[in-house]
Amino acid sequence: MSKDNIPLWSPEHLPLLPQRLVEMILANLGAPEWLVSISGFMVAASTVLAVFMTAFALLSLIERKTLARAQNRIGPNRAGWFGILQPVADGIKMLTKEDIVPARAVKLLHLLAPILIVLPAILALGVIPYGREWTPVPLELGLLFFFAVGSMTELSVFMAGWASGSKFPMLGAMRAISQMVSYELPLIITALGVVMVSGTLSLPEIVQQQGGGFWHWNVCTPWGIVAGLLFYVCTIAEANRCPFDLPEGESEIVAGHMTEYSGFKYALFFMGEYLGLFAIAGLFVTLFLGGWQAPLPGLGLVPTWLWFFGKLALVIFSYLWIRATFPRLRIDQLMRFAWLCMIPMALLTLPAAAIWHYMGRGPLSWMVVLPLVLVPWVLVAVIFNKRLAPATRTYRFADG
Amino acid sequence: MSVEYTDSDRLLRVSLGPQHPSTHGVFRMNVELDGETVVKLKPVFGYLHRNHEKIAEGATYLSSMPYTDRLDYICPLTNNWAYALAVEKLAGIEVPERAEYMRVILAELTRLINHTAFMGFILGDMGAWGSALMYAFREREKILDLFEHLTGARMMANFMRFGGCRNDLPAGWREQVGTLVEGYGPFLDEMEKFLVGNEILLSRSQDVGQLPAETLVNGGITGPMLRAAGVSYDIRKVDRYGIYDRFEFRIPLGEKGDVYDRIMIRFLEMRESLKILRQAIDQLPEGDYVNPKARIRGFKPPVGEAYGRIEGPKGELGFHLISDGTPNPYRYRVRPPSFINLTLLEDMCLGLDLADAVIILGSIDIVLGEVDR
Repeated sequence: MSKDNIPLWSPEHLPLLPQRLVEMILANLGAPEWLVSISGFMVAASTVLAVFMTAFALLSLIERKTLARAQNRIGPNRAGWFGILQPVADGIKMLTKEDIVPARAVKLLHLLAPILIVLPAILALGVIPYGREWTPVPLELGLLFFFAVGSMTELSVFMAGWASGSKFPMLGAMRAISQMVSYELPLIITALGVVMVSGTLSLPEIVQQQGGGFWHWNVCTPWGIVAGLLFYVCTIAEANRCPFDLPEGESEIVAGHMTEYSGFKYALFFMGEYLGLFAIAGLFVTLFLGGWQAPLPGLGLVPTWLWFFGKLALVIFSYLWIRATFPRLRIDQLMRFAWLCMIPMALLTLPAAAIWHYMGRGPLSWMVVLPLVLVPWVLVAVIFNKRLAPATRTYRFADG
Repeated sequence: MSVEYTDSDRLLRVSLGPQHPSTHGVFRMNVELDGETVVKLKPVFGYLHRNHEKIAEGATYLSSMPYTDRLDYICPLTNNWAYALAVEKLAGIEVPERAEYMRVILAELTRLINHTAFMGFILGDMGAWGSALMYAFREREKILDLFEHLTGARMMANFMRFGGCRNDLPAGWREQVGTLVEGYGPFLDEMEKFLVGNEILLSRSQDVGQLPAETLVNGGITGPMLRAAGVSYDIRKVDRYGIYDRFEFRIPLGEKGDVYDRIMIRFLEMRESLKILRQAIDQLPEGDYVNPKARIRGFKPPVGEAYGRIEGPKGELGFHLISDGTPNPYRYRVRPPSFINLTLLEDMCLGLDLADAVIILGSIDIVLGEVDR
C-alpha cells in the first residue's frame, strides 16, 4: 500500500496522513509490530468513517436542497448560511427525541435492527479503493466481500419489520425482501462480467486495469455499457431509492420497516441507508466508471481520490434527480421488470464479456460483441416492451 | 366483483388511516390483505363530521353561506354558487346578467384550481412526492391571488349572495384573468407532456380501478369520474343553469374509466374551462353585480322546497332546501359529489394491490370536508 518514493505530504497521501503518523509514532516508540498494524487499521477505519459521516450529513442537506430546487422551492435555509447547519440541527433533534418502542415489539430485535443496518454499509465501504494509494482494506476478494456483506442489509430490514410488531413495517419488510433478492441477482451477474474481463476479484486491481483515459473504462465497451446500465438500475433498487422505493413507499405503507422507529434509531436507519447508497454507488464507480482513474491522461497532478469522489457525487446526484422526477412502480411491475428484463439481459452480458476478453480490445471485437448485446436489447426494449407497455389514448367529445 | 377467500386467518387486516399520508384527510380504509392484494375494503368516515346540515337548520339562510366554503375547501366558490342557486330557486330571485358572468368566471377558475391540484395529489399518491404538487400549487397560487383580490380571502371566499355576488369586480381584475388564462394553456401543455409521456405513470394508472358504466350510473357517480367511463353527463349541458348555454364548449369523454382516463379527462376539461373563461371575459357586460331588489335582512322565502345543483369540479353538487316560511330553512341537505363518488370504492379496489387502492382513492378526488360535512 505504501510507496516510499511519493512524499508523505503530497495531496495524494492526504487521507492516509493520520494512519501514517500513528504508525510512525508507534514504531518510533518501539511498539510491537502487531500493535502498529492494528492501530494503523483502526485509524484508517476512522478516516473512512469520518469522511462518510460528513458526507452523510452533507448529503442529507444536499438531497433536501436538490429536491427543493427541482420542486420549485428553496429548501432548508434557516440553520446557518445556506442551511449548512441543518444536519446538526437534525442530529440534535433526533438525539433528544423520545425513543418509542411499541408494546408488541420484540425488544431485542427492535434494538438490534438499526444497529445492524449501519454495520454492513460501513464494512462494505472499507474495501472500496478511493485513490491510488487509498484503499482502507485492500482485500484480494474485495468484490466477494462487498456482496457478502451487502446482503446482510436484507436481514436487518426484515428484522426491523418483524420486530416492530406492527403491520405497515411487516408489509414494508415483505416488499424489501422480495425486491432486494430479485435485484441482487442482476447486480451480481453484471458485476461478474467485470470480473471475467479483469480476471480478478480485487477492487484496486479492477480499477488499475481501467487506467489511461475514459475510453478504457468498462462502461465504454459494448458489453460494459449494457452491464453498466443494468448495474446502475440495480443500485437504485438496492439502495431503495425512487422509483424503486417500495419498501418505504410513504403514500402506501407510511414508512415501511421504519414506521415504528423514532429518535436516534430512526436516524440510524437513515445513516445506514445513506452509507449503503455511498457504498453501492462507489462500487458502480469502481466497476464501470474507472474508479479513481482520471478521465483523460495527463491529469496526474490532481489527487486521484478527487476523481473518485467527483464521480461518486455525479452518480448520487443522478439518484436525486431521478427521485425528484419519477413516480413509484407497483410491486408486480417491479418484479416483472427484474425477472423478465433485467436478469435475461444481465445473463447476456456474460458471453459478451467472455468474447470481449478473448478477442481483446479492437474494432473487430466491437463488431462481434455489439450486435450480441444490441439485438436482444432492441428486442426487449422495443418489441417485447411495446406489447407490455401501455399506450397513450385519444379522447372523443360529446356532441352538443 | 368478489374475491373468494375462505382461509381468513391468513389475511392481514390493516387500518389505513385516519392518520395516513395519502388518505386525503381523516379518511380511513379498513383493508384486508392477502399478501398485497386487497380482498376486502371498508371505508370508514365521519372523523370530520361537524353537523353542518343541522347547524344550517338553526341559522338564517345567509349565515349558512360562509359554512358552504368549508364543505369542499379546495373549491369554495362553486359551493357558494350551488347554495345560492338553491336559495334563488326557492325564493324566485332573479340574477342580473353581470353577476351570472362573474359566477361563471369564478366557477371555471375554481375548476382549474381543483383539477390542477388533483394532478399534484394523484402524482403524490403514486409516489412522486412533491414535484408535481409544487408545480400545480404554483399555478393554483396565481388563481388564489385573483380570488384574494376579488373576495378578500384566498380560500374561504364567502362571495356569492342570493341574487348575485357580494361586490363588483375591482378595477383591472378582468385583465388579470385574461393574462392568467393566456398563461395557463402553456402550463397545461407542459404538465401534460411530463405526465403523459411517463411510462411509470401510464403503467401505474391504466386498467386500474375501472367499473362498467352501468355500475357507475347506478351508483350515482357524477363528474369527471363518470365521464371518464364514457357517459356524457355534465350538468352544465343538461340543466344549462346560469348562462352556460351561451358558451361554446365540449364535454370530453373517456373510454375505459380507469385512473388514467380520469386524469386525462380532467386535463381536457381544464382546456374547455379555459375556452369558457375566454368567452366569458370577452362578453362580460356592464350592470348590477347583485339584484338590487333581493332582500338581505329579514330574508324569508315562501313555503316550499327547491333543489339547486351545479356541475362542481368533482361532480354534481346539490343543495336541497325546504322552507317553512321562517328565516331558517326547515331542512337543509347537501348532496356532496365526493361522498357519493366514494361509495363504489370497494368495488373498484377488490383484487388489486394496496398501492392501486391508494391511487384509486386519489383518482376519486375526495375532500373530507365535503364527505363528512
